[in-house]
Amino acid sequence: MELAFFYLFAAGIVGASLLMVTRANVIHAALLLVLAFLFMAGLFVLAGAEFLAGVQILIYAGGIMVLYLFSIMLMNVGVAVRLRQWHRQSVLALAAAVLLGAEVWAVLGRGGYPGAKAWGWGLGQTPGNVEALGEVLYTKFLFPFEVASILLLAAMIGAIVLAKREITR
Amino acid sequence: MADLAVMLVKVVAAFGALLLLAAYMTWAERRVFALVQVRYGPNRVGPAGLLQPIADGIKLMFKESVIPAQADKLIFVLAPLVSLVPAMAAFAVIPFGSSVTLFGRQVDLIVADVNVGVLYIFALSGIGVYGIVLGAWASNSKYPLLGGLRSAAQLISYELSLGMSLLGVVLIAGSLSLKDIVAAQAHYPFILLQPLGFLLFLVCMLAETNRSPFDLPEAESELTGGFHTEYSSMHFAMYFLAEYCSMITLSAVAATFFLGGWRGPLLPPVVWFLVKVVAFMFFFMWVRATTPRLRYDQLMGFGWKVLLPLAILNVVATAGVMAFLG
Repeated sequence: MELAFFYLFAAGIVGASLLMVTRANVIHAALLLVLAFLFMAGLFVLAGAEFLAGVQILIYAGGIMVLYLFSIMLMNVGVAVRLRQWHRQSVLALAAAVLLGAEVWAVLGRGGYPGAKAWGWGLGQTPGNVEALGEVLYTKFLFPFEVASILLLAAMIGAIVLAKREITR
Repeated sequence: MADLAVMLVKVVAAFGALLLLAAYMTWAERRVFALVQVRYGPNRVGPAGLLQPIADGIKLMFKESVIPAQADKLIFVLAPLVSLVPAMAAFAVIPFGSSVTLFGRQVDLIVADVNVGVLYIFALSGIGVYGIVLGAWASNSKYPLLGGLRSAAQLISYELSLGMSLLGVVLIAGSLSLKDIVAAQAHYPFILLQPLGFLLFLVCMLAETNRSPFDLPEAESELTGGFHTEYSSMHFAMYFLAEYCSMITLSAVAATFFLGGWRGPLLPPVVWFLVKVVAFMFFFMWVRATTPRLRYDQLMGFGWKVLLPLAILNVVATAGVMAFLG
């Protein structure tokens, strides 16, 4: 049963992502990306990470992609559709894909990301998702967490400064 | 197998009741509105106009659905569904009664007890935004697009404060599951501990459902109806149902978080739950009948400069008191 759902969601992610990069209409592409996010949230639920699934939908599908759509809607989609969609970079893309595939294969071949199992919780036996995640985030991974926060803050301030300059001109 | 049957019965009963309640809320709204404006309201179909929602439903079902020639047809047809399905699905995590014993089985009166129930509700309401934005864009028409942009901006802004206003309750209850939150209110409802959170939630609830005084996205006097201008027939009806379903769901959330959910003396739990939900629905209608619409800049300014700081203050103060009391 779980395996069937896994393959359903996995096929959904791959299918939606493939369609997303091949669509000429940006709005359709954005919607297919949302679909891929939803399938990904499904995978998180299967892995017993309900909190991550909720946050995935809330932030990526509900927040970020709505903003994307918001800005896409303001431009003329009809013109974008007529633009050239392929840029003769297939050799480069193929090389990058092979490299990435080799890396993923190498990591998986070694039995997953080092440290992923160090915390000692198997799938589906976490002591409650939110507590577990909070504990790990604020003890073991506190430094990366804070670094990511600073990075986001810097990006936000940078964006505001850049946007502000254009208005006052 | 029996578990599956119980589940199926619960799903059908809960969502059937939700849709029926949504349909009758349109009737109640028109009657309340009429009373406030010293009119009669719909009173011809059935006793006191009680069959009016059914008549409206049949009428909408048999009308032609007009799709604009330049519209993106697939998205135009899908958008109302994207609005309706999350609005209905969000109701699944709300406990509408204590557990009952049916045929020797213990049955909890909640469709799905998800341990991140609060997140689930907000995730779905985030998806619901797409229904409005997509419908607006796919219509390929000026007024819907303007309405859609307004509502996207409004929903994103007020969703933040809506979520923050509930965080205080989550901190006190120590759980994201709505069942645990009701269980934590065994002695007193959380409105006594979180009066500011309750007020913030009430305001954000109006904005989140595009209701007056925050109904700019569908301001009929300037946008001829906003995002659903081009919609007709059942596609229009789906938007309408979605709006009422999310009003009911948010009323139920308010009842669950601040008024103790199905708890109450004397009457059976399900009745108490319904009473609380209908009271909040009446609040929606009352506000709509008595308040004028905000201006757009006032709306955004109010959301970001007043509601959000107050919500953050509420969370910080609650967390501080919780830490102080250990």
